[in-house]
Amino acid sequence: MDEIKKAQKDWEEKNKDSRERKERFTTLGGIDVERLYTPVDMEERGIDYLNDISFPGEYPYTRGIHPTMYRARTWTVRQFMGFGDPSKSNERLKYLMKSGAPGLNVAFDLPTINGVGSDHPLSRGEIGRDGVPVNSLQDMEALFDGIPLGEVSTSLVIAYPPIPCMYMAVAEQQGFKPAQLRGTYQNDSICRDVAANVRVVPRRAELKLTTDVVEYSTKHMPLWYPISIVGYQIREKGCTAAQEVGFTLADGVEFVNSFIKRGLDVDDFGPRLSFMWNAHNDFFEEIAKYRAARRIWARIMKERFGAKNPRSMQLRFHTQTSGVSLTAEQPVNNVARVAVQGLAAVLGGTQSLHTDSMDEAMALPTEESVRVAVRTQQILAEETGVANTVDPMAGSYYVESLTNDIEEEALAIIKKIDDIGGAVEAVETGYIQKKTAQAAYEYQLKVEKGEETIVGVNNYTEGNEDMNLDLLEIDEGFEKTMLEKIEDLKTKRDNSAVEKSLDMVREAAFKDENLMETTMEAVKSYATLREIWDVYKERYGSFDEKTHITGI
Amino acid sequence: MEEKTIRVLMAKIGLDGHDRGALIIVQALKEAGMEVIYTGLKNVPETVAEIALQEDVDVIGISILSGAHLVVVPILMDELKKSDAEDIPVVLGGVLHPDDIPKLKEMGIKEVFPAGSPVENAVECIKKLGMAGDKGMIK
Repeated sequence: MDEIKKAQKDWEEKNKDSRERKERFTTLGGIDVERLYTPVDMEERGIDYLNDISFPGEYPYTRGIHPTMYRARTWTVRQFMGFGDPSKSNERLKYLMKSGAPGLNVAFDLPTINGVGSDHPLSRGEIGRDGVPVNSLQDMEALFDGIPLGEVSTSLVIAYPPIPCMYMAVAEQQGFKPAQLRGTYQNDSICRDVAANVRVVPRRAELKLTTDVVEYSTKHMPLWYPISIVGYQIREKGCTAAQEVGFTLADGVEFVNSFIKRGLDVDDFGPRLSFMWNAHNDFFEEIAKYRAARRIWARIMKERFGAKNPRSMQLRFHTQTSGVSLTAEQPVNNVARVAVQGLAAVLGGTQSLHTDSMDEAMALPTEESVRVAVRTQQILAEETGVANTVDPMAGSYYVESLTNDIEEEALAIIKKIDDIGGAVEAVETGYIQKKTAQAAYEYQLKVEKGEETIVGVNNYTEGNEDMNLDLLEIDEGFEKTMLEKIEDLKTKRDNSAVEKSLDMVREAAFKDENLMETTMEAVKSYATLREIWDVYKERYGSFDEKTHITGI
Repeated sequence: MEEKTIRVLMAKIGLDGHDRGALIIVQALKEAGMEVIYTGLKNVPETVAEIALQEDVDVIGISILSGAHLVVVPILMDELKKSDAEDIPVVLGGVLHPDDIPKLKEMGIKEVFPAGSPVENAVECIKKLGMAGDKGMIK
């Protein structure tokens, strides 16, 4: 090492006047990037191969959670989708399955996610816009019509009991038991609160409802991942890569604490936790991010929560390429961005991947643009050779150093959030929102000053006038159809059975019981999503938006 | 003529919770010396019109990323008209179909800033609209 250090010093001396195009190089997240990385950087950071990097499938899983990774099976192509009315989304799901994207990933529209349903004044214009509307079991039946739920793996982007209950009820109609179902609830209420500002009931109550879902799944759905702890959206909102890791893992700690408090054993639910990350533009920083996150989580689960089962320590994750990095200008350029971002996720060892479509800065994707996105993944998996060996970036002096740098920054954030009193408290006090807004603003300033280039936006704008993409148009008429369907349902169903089942939900809520079983009864009686939420709100109250404007 | 302080209402309509853009614009407008009232999230267009009147603003900025613009904008414009406040200029930013821009202008939106528009453009435009109006206080 001394020899290398000496040689490096000589080299630095010899080349100290060599011109560089910038005074200071940083990652997108602001971490300083040196001209060169060598074994000296590894030594300075005290990186120990066996302790810090180790082998794939071995603690602390820096190199991946499986010994053979993509040599056994490449990642799952899992494209997010949902729009229009449920039968329209059903067609798209079937199309995706046919194109070789076997993982279903369903987005629900804002009225559904917010628990108000299509027939609320706030829902005007938003029904089926950025997800599929599900107002009752009847819509869930239409959404999964002809798709055998016992044979697919589905990610449902929603928290709280009603939607999971509707999904299980459809499976039951098809003859499948909860124990046979495979999939994930992407139900991180804390992340959704910070990033997308979805809040239905006060924060502690949201955590309680999420814990209900996780408790039920842990006991009855051994193949299901009951929670996906999400960094994606906070990153989209503008935080840095290291903050994405720090905020999200702190969020994970809050959930684990809540599940343990409910009486669950860390090794009962630990193996079924999953995460979701963003894949943004800074290629190496992203790869380092996934590796750092795996290492930190393994240590948190083992050292802090005393997990014994290695599977509890393995951070498994889904990745989605960054929507916010896409441009409406020269939209075909987005194909290149998505390919590089997807490659970063793959080199970071993702378990499944959503690649954004080129038209997503303007609209929901068309079938044609989704096909290009799916093909991009297939090209990565089958043409480039990157899936042939495990964690090929390991041992890169740069990537290993950057992995450590991100780890260090993320650990400091986790510590800070611990000091505040946990992730929910850090959101209550606005800490996470302020940090995120600040990072977003600083980035925007850099873009405006031209310090960060966005091709087609602040540079290379020639060609911006040609905008010949055909975009997806959502039929305006179906909003009315959705409203009529609710009215129609209310005349056809057994309303006394609905009342009775809602009374049961109310009783369980006021006794602070787990609400999954009573909600299941309400769902099966065709109570609407809004009716069920209204009962929850009797117990917990609504989140008061007016008293909570943060980030300014 | 001395400069007046321009009052802007920045509004989020509907259930759309994506406020990154709105918050950046709020901050930029403030840095440009304007007074900004931010509605926060989850407002129906009727409420936005009401706040605009109560606060006597010079310009209304709408941020919308959910795709609901063609449905909610006419409701807002209608409400403003009912209160004889259709002279308050309204601008809009967010994720939208390029074909929607002329439609929005026809509905009375003064300027549209699709995703990716420079913040500076929005600030300049709002400033100009605010100065042109007869509201606001002369310092």
